[in-house]
Amino acid sequence: MRSTILQTATRYLLPILLLFSVFLLLRGHYFPGGGFVGGLVASIAFVLHSFANGAEASMKIMRRKPLSLIPIGLGLAVLSVIIPTFFGYPPMTGLWLEEKFPVIGSVGTALFFDIGVYLVVLGVVLTILFTISLTQD
Amino acid sequence: MELLLILLLGIMYAAGVYLILRRSMIKLLLGIMMMGNGTNILIFVMGSITKGKPPVINTNHNIFQDIYADPIPQALILTAIVISFALSAFAIVLLKRAYALLQKDDLDDLNTPEEEDI
Amino acid sequence: MIDNHILAAIFVHLITAILQLIAWRKTITQRYLSVGGTFLALIVAIRLFEKVYTDGTLTLNASNWEAPFGIVFVADLLAVTLVLLTSIAGFAVSIFSTTGLSRQRMMYGYFPIFHFLLMGLIGAFLTGDIFNLYVWFEVIIISSFVLMTLGGRKAQLEGAIKYMALNILASMFFLTGIGILYGITGSLNMADLAFKIQAVKNQTLIGITSIFFILGFGIKSAVFPLYYWLPSSYHTPPSAVAATFGGLLTKVGIYAMLRVFSLIFIPDDFTKQLLLVIAVLTILTGALGALVKTNVRRLFSYLIVCHIGFMVGGLAMFTKIALMGTIFYLIHDIMVKTNMFLIAGVIRQLRGSMDLAKLGGIYGEYPKISLLIAIVLFSLVGIPPLSGFWPKIFLFQEAFGQGQYIYVAALIVGSLVTLYVIAQMWSEVFWKNAPDPSVLENKFEPMPLFKKILLILPVAILAGASLYIGLYAEGVVQVADRISNELIDTTPYIEAVLGPKR
Repeated sequence: MRSTILQTATRYLLPILLLFSVFLLLRGHYFPGGGFVGGLVASIAFVLHSFANGAEASMKIMRRKPLSLIPIGLGLAVLSVIIPTFFGYPPMTGLWLEEKFPVIGSVGTALFFDIGVYLVVLGVVLTILFTISLTQD
Repeated sequence: MELLLILLLGIMYAAGVYLILRRSMIKLLLGIMMMGNGTNILIFVMGSITKGKPPVINTNHNIFQDIYADPIPQALILTAIVISFALSAFAIVLLKRAYALLQKDDLDDLNTPEEEDI
Repeated sequence: MIDNHILAAIFVHLITAILQLIAWRKTITQRYLSVGGTFLALIVAIRLFEKVYTDGTLTLNASNWEAPFGIVFVADLLAVTLVLLTSIAGFAVSIFSTTGLSRQRMMYGYFPIFHFLLMGLIGAFLTGDIFNLYVWFEVIIISSFVLMTLGGRKAQLEGAIKYMALNILASMFFLTGIGILYGITGSLNMADLAFKIQAVKNQTLIGITSIFFILGFGIKSAVFPLYYWLPSSYHTPPSAVAATFGGLLTKVGIYAMLRVFSLIFIPDDFTKQLLLVIAVLTILTGALGALVKTNVRRLFSYLIVCHIGFMVGGLAMFTKIALMGTIFYLIHDIMVKTNMFLIAGVIRQLRGSMDLAKLGGIYGEYPKISLLIAIVLFSLVGIPPLSGFWPKIFLFQEAFGQGQYIYVAALIVGSLVTLYVIAQMWSEVFWKNAPDPSVLENKFEPMPLFKKILLILPVAILAGASLYIGLYAEGVVQVADRISNELIDTTPYIEAVLGPKR
């Protein structure tokens, strides 16, 4: 069942939701939000797209397999966990750059950890979604 | 507010136990999820709820002076939610595969004698 | 003492898993990475063990948060011993998996998940925070779900549903217990809880909370009324997976019981009595189950349950010698049980079956392999100089000393049944004449020599470890002695975590 209204709405909602998910990701350290929620919102954008256009179409706009996001995200998270040990701190200690960046705000290891979580959540949710919806046996 | 949550918690546990004791696989899954949410509410209640008092320090204070919400239960619940999300996602995939193979929704039929183990 | 290298083994496994995820579907690369990763983790674990053995307990405050507030990782002797054993077992299973597993299963990501499982196990042993312990438990069970269903045969899915339902239930009990415990004390750090629990006025509530932990860990470690998921699921996954499960997963439950009941809930008479009854019934029902099974792996599954009872009994008596017995048995059990399932895999490769009736004649055809397997089986039974014998002496001695004659009887019955079952299995599998060659499916003979070595080497490594434990029992007894001292008198642990000021 394809609904034209949903398809048209999704075309505009997909980028807005993705942008919103990045917003949630970046404000996550001091305000409600963060990598997990951001990743969920981003995956909901794709879920909505697959509702409107079918899972195959969503696979196509992803360009690459969602599974490949998982090692990238995990790698980022692990790096941000290990980096403090090179400065003599315990793993997972938050290290922050003193200069604040415009738009993004302060940048530190916790931000990269959140980005890692974001990518892992997006990858996992989409992998599960495509696994469930593409096996029609 | 707390009493309401405690009642809700009891109902969720009871419903969860009832659903788990049914024979259907779907009800088993729903029961597990319901009990998991009940547990999350339990942690929430255990962390003593304070209304409208976030654990944030005012800029002109350097210690907490007021009653404040304990941030740890929220962190615990968030972790528990993430975990139960992963678990139920896996369980749904598993039950779907099992249903596709067995064509039945009955837990008592999970005992097909195995021809040969690997 | 604070040390940053406690978590090295965890990171080794995590990074190995990530590299394997990047090399998705390239199974040959994954195999090399897996063997390399487990070997590196083994070296790291040996170094950590040496360091803790000479310097005492090490701690690490994650994120640089002070001890009772942040998550703390504690490497005391019990934890690092188990990390070392996990690493040895992981190394052996990793070598075995390279040939003992179908390529199709590797395509679906066996190796990354295997490393996540090992990471979860090591994390569970090293953490000093009870909620963090729950998180590691979840890492373990999610990975084990995937490993159990990998391949997707009907029996596997059926086993996995039972396994999944009961293990999720177990973590729910555990989480409920943590929630109540946090509500009572307002702390999650285990060393901190040890203090705060004593100050609580309502000790009945503490007792009830401890029941939640007994239920949660009881399901995980498969004790008497809660073990039914184990025999109905452990015979379904491939042997390499079953080896990891049988050797390590139930033992995490035992470890958690040892930790929680020595540190937080000091067992009172009721808890001791309860645990002892559970232990006796676990031994007896496990032994009865093992007697009637005719499939090698189902039989081993019941033997796991039976021997879990030995360890719970030692914990129930809660004296220094009894705990020494439990810890020695734990060390022996991880090595032997992992090996048993690897042996089941080897038997399957030799004969294409695991049904006792369809097996036979292995001793005639492969005398050297059979002798190697015999060492392991004798260790399991506990023939005197081998590893299964020594811990039972401690358990017997203490049970006699305390006058727990029912437990003594259960120990004797359990040991005799193990002996009988293994003797029967030996005669059926190795001595009996080989069945009609037309039904045999020998995958082992046509393999190249290299692959044969890869199948036998892990069995030999673990058999060597068992022999070492048996023949150099003096050294292992010293380790067990120090661990049981630390479990009885937890002050060094608490001081290492919270600092000496209290």
